[in-house]
Amino acid sequence: MAEACITIGAVNYEPGSSRNYKTGTWRAMRPVLDQDKCIKCGLCHTYCPDSAVVKAEDRSVSIDYDYCKGCGICAHECPKQAITMVEEEK
Amino acid sequence: MAYEAPNGELFAAGHRGCAGCGEMNAVRQVLNAAGPNSIVANATGCLEVSSTGYPESAWCIPWIHAAFENAASVASGVDAALKSMGKRDGVNVFAFAGDGGTFDIGFQALSGMLERRQKVIYVVFDNEAYMNTGIQRCSSTPYGASTTTSPPGSQSIGESQDKKPIAAIVAAHEPAYTATATIAYHADLKKKVKKACEMEGPCFLHIFAPCPTGWRHGSDTTVELSRLAVDTGIFLLWEMEGGDFNDLKVTKKPPSPRKPVEEYLKTQGRFKHIINNGEEIAKIQALVDEKCKRYGIE
Amino acid sequence: MGEKIVIRGNEATAVAAKLCRPNVIPAYPITPSTLFPEKMSEFVADGELDAEFVPVESEHSAMSAAIGASAAGARVCTATASQGLELMHEMLFIAAGMRLPIVMAIGNRALSAPINIWCDHADTIAARDTGWMQFYAENNQEGMDLMINAFRIAEDKRVLTPGMVGIDAFVLTHTFEPVDVPAQSEVDDFLPKYNPEHVYLDPARPITIGSFGTPQYYMEFKYSQELGIQASSPVIDEVFADFEKRFGRKYAKITPFMADDADVLILAMGSMNGTARNAVKRLREEGKKVGVLKLTVYRPFPEEELKKLAGNAKVLAVLDRDISHGYGGAVYADASGVFVNEEKKPMLLNFIIGLGGRDVVIDDFRNIYDKCMAAVEKGGPEQRVQWVNVDFDACKGGA
Repeated sequence: MAEACITIGAVNYEPGSSRNYKTGTWRAMRPVLDQDKCIKCGLCHTYCPDSAVVKAEDRSVSIDYDYCKGCGICAHECPKQAITMVEEEK
Repeated sequence: MAYEAPNGELFAAGHRGCAGCGEMNAVRQVLNAAGPNSIVANATGCLEVSSTGYPESAWCIPWIHAAFENAASVASGVDAALKSMGKRDGVNVFAFAGDGGTFDIGFQALSGMLERRQKVIYVVFDNEAYMNTGIQRCSSTPYGASTTTSPPGSQSIGESQDKKPIAAIVAAHEPAYTATATIAYHADLKKKVKKACEMEGPCFLHIFAPCPTGWRHGSDTTVELSRLAVDTGIFLLWEMEGGDFNDLKVTKKPPSPRKPVEEYLKTQGRFKHIINNGEEIAKIQALVDEKCKRYGIE
Repeated sequence: MGEKIVIRGNEATAVAAKLCRPNVIPAYPITPSTLFPEKMSEFVADGELDAEFVPVESEHSAMSAAIGASAAGARVCTATASQGLELMHEMLFIAAGMRLPIVMAIGNRALSAPINIWCDHADTIAARDTGWMQFYAENNQEGMDLMINAFRIAEDKRVLTPGMVGIDAFVLTHTFEPVDVPAQSEVDDFLPKYNPEHVYLDPARPITIGSFGTPQYYMEFKYSQELGIQASSPVIDEVFADFEKRFGRKYAKITPFMADDADVLILAMGSMNGTARNAVKRLREEGKKVGVLKLTVYRPFPEEELKKLAGNAKVLAVLDRDISHGYGGAVYADASGVFVNEEKKPMLLNFIIGLGGRDVVIDDFRNIYDKCMAAVEKGGPEQRVQWVNVDFDACKGGA
């Protein structure tokens, strides 16, 4: 059964509603950020395909594990190797 | 007053793009550079399908998808409508499409939009095949690449034609601005998007976006491969205003000497059938050398 | 007050469109509708119409741009015919599925192959499943009036469905007839500004239109869309009634002529209705009980009206200026479906007539009447589907 509202013309009035689906469940590996090594260059935030690296006001970053798919781009690109990919716990 | 997206991300998390998708990252980079006063007309493809499964949408800007071959004409309609209603100023009207919806089936609509000089910023996210339908060849597929409709075999080397020079063809239409970019060189990409947003006529951005699924490489090397493509001269980063090719500027020169193409080819499963074939690699190197020469690159 | 001028059908639809103040007209030329984009671009160039004329590079792009513009919140119209309508075919379904009230004038023309530019309903008939409302004009006045009505019906918040108005190729598109043109102020009163709520593209209110609709949702969207076009039925009556009040010209989904006591009723669309009425007048003078039902609204199909008007006749002769190969005429198929379970139903006969510009003449109606009466006597027709005025012998060599 259709759970959502059937709108006229199938128009979706909820921007960003993709956030209802937590793609973090896709992960096999998870990125772990060592804040001590991080120089706040923001490259991980720039290169993430999933808007799963959140940048704070002071330019520090954190991983949003609700959505991170564990692709490993951030770890691969980090100039200070501040991010390590580890196996996701069950 | 434009809508304020969570975390300022105009392309939200939760979309169904593959892990490590170059196109999804490119979209984030483009929209974060363009800002929230943007409207997108999107062609059918990976991007459209993964981002708008009803009732979810990753888009925090107004977005319309109509069909596969007409991102440029739908965007033309949006441009004309906003103009007629006096709502055109300060709004970026984008057409987003993959290489499938641009190089081949979308070619006519693109050419028409450019010729009419409509104020549309057409962005092609090029992953070098029809990825959404399962990796079929496109006129964007490079020579030698394996796809499901250009499979290598005893009678075939894989894709038999080299890549259609789409950006040069677009530039020959004399639009306001033509540029190529890729995700690794994010500052270059950002600058080009912002420049396009300032222009008063049609603009075209050709963004090279590696695809882990279609190219068969690790999901973590997407950005690295886009860098390698530039460093080998396989994908050149340039920009041009108007139609005089003498004004073409290479914005990121590959290192001198350029990295050999073999370094790039060996990273991807779609080239594994030629990686030990010196003759084919030499052919590809020669194609790249010739193209670099034409663009004034050693 | 308006004015009376003598113009071609194409120009009548263009003038009607101009009076409705469209914002965007994306259009591509094709015989016989070319004069529509020509006139619209002229109106814009002369400053008579404040709109964006977009000279697109194909009909597919015309409908694509129309969709983009309508979704952006603008009032949009265009025109095409025949091959052009076929080229934009996939986009017609999309426009209707997105519930965009686009209005389009069609110069009803035959479909290739062989290529033929003359009067035929194949093009719009082939679009009958697309979800667009369909109106067929008998003359240039109707062409003009139906265009104006179409905007109002399409944009009604209970409807939000695109509509096409057919005018016969050359017989109407290129023929000069006197037409009463309403005044701009009168049309402004009849047709308020387009003020969409359900869809417009504005960064202040981000929406996503053109989503991916999985099996979990698609059928509900289609049902909802069907409710929309069915809802147009009473709105059409309402709007036609209002139009008559203001402009003095009466329109109906089906208009009967000498139909009350008719043994044989002829159902027809488009310009052949004029000839049909002339023929029926003559047959009546000979004591033959025959009448005409002019079908003006083909989609949504006026089931109830047809049942009421034709239920008591002995024969309903459905004229199709089209052929659904392998079956028969499309209008006949639709009409038959309406009666199939009814107790009160006429015998239904199908006549394929006037394809590719073959003239429909008074004698054709005499033949049709005779065939119908023969069928009544025999208790059934010789053939369910009969082709009128065709050289069958010439066809024996081929196939």
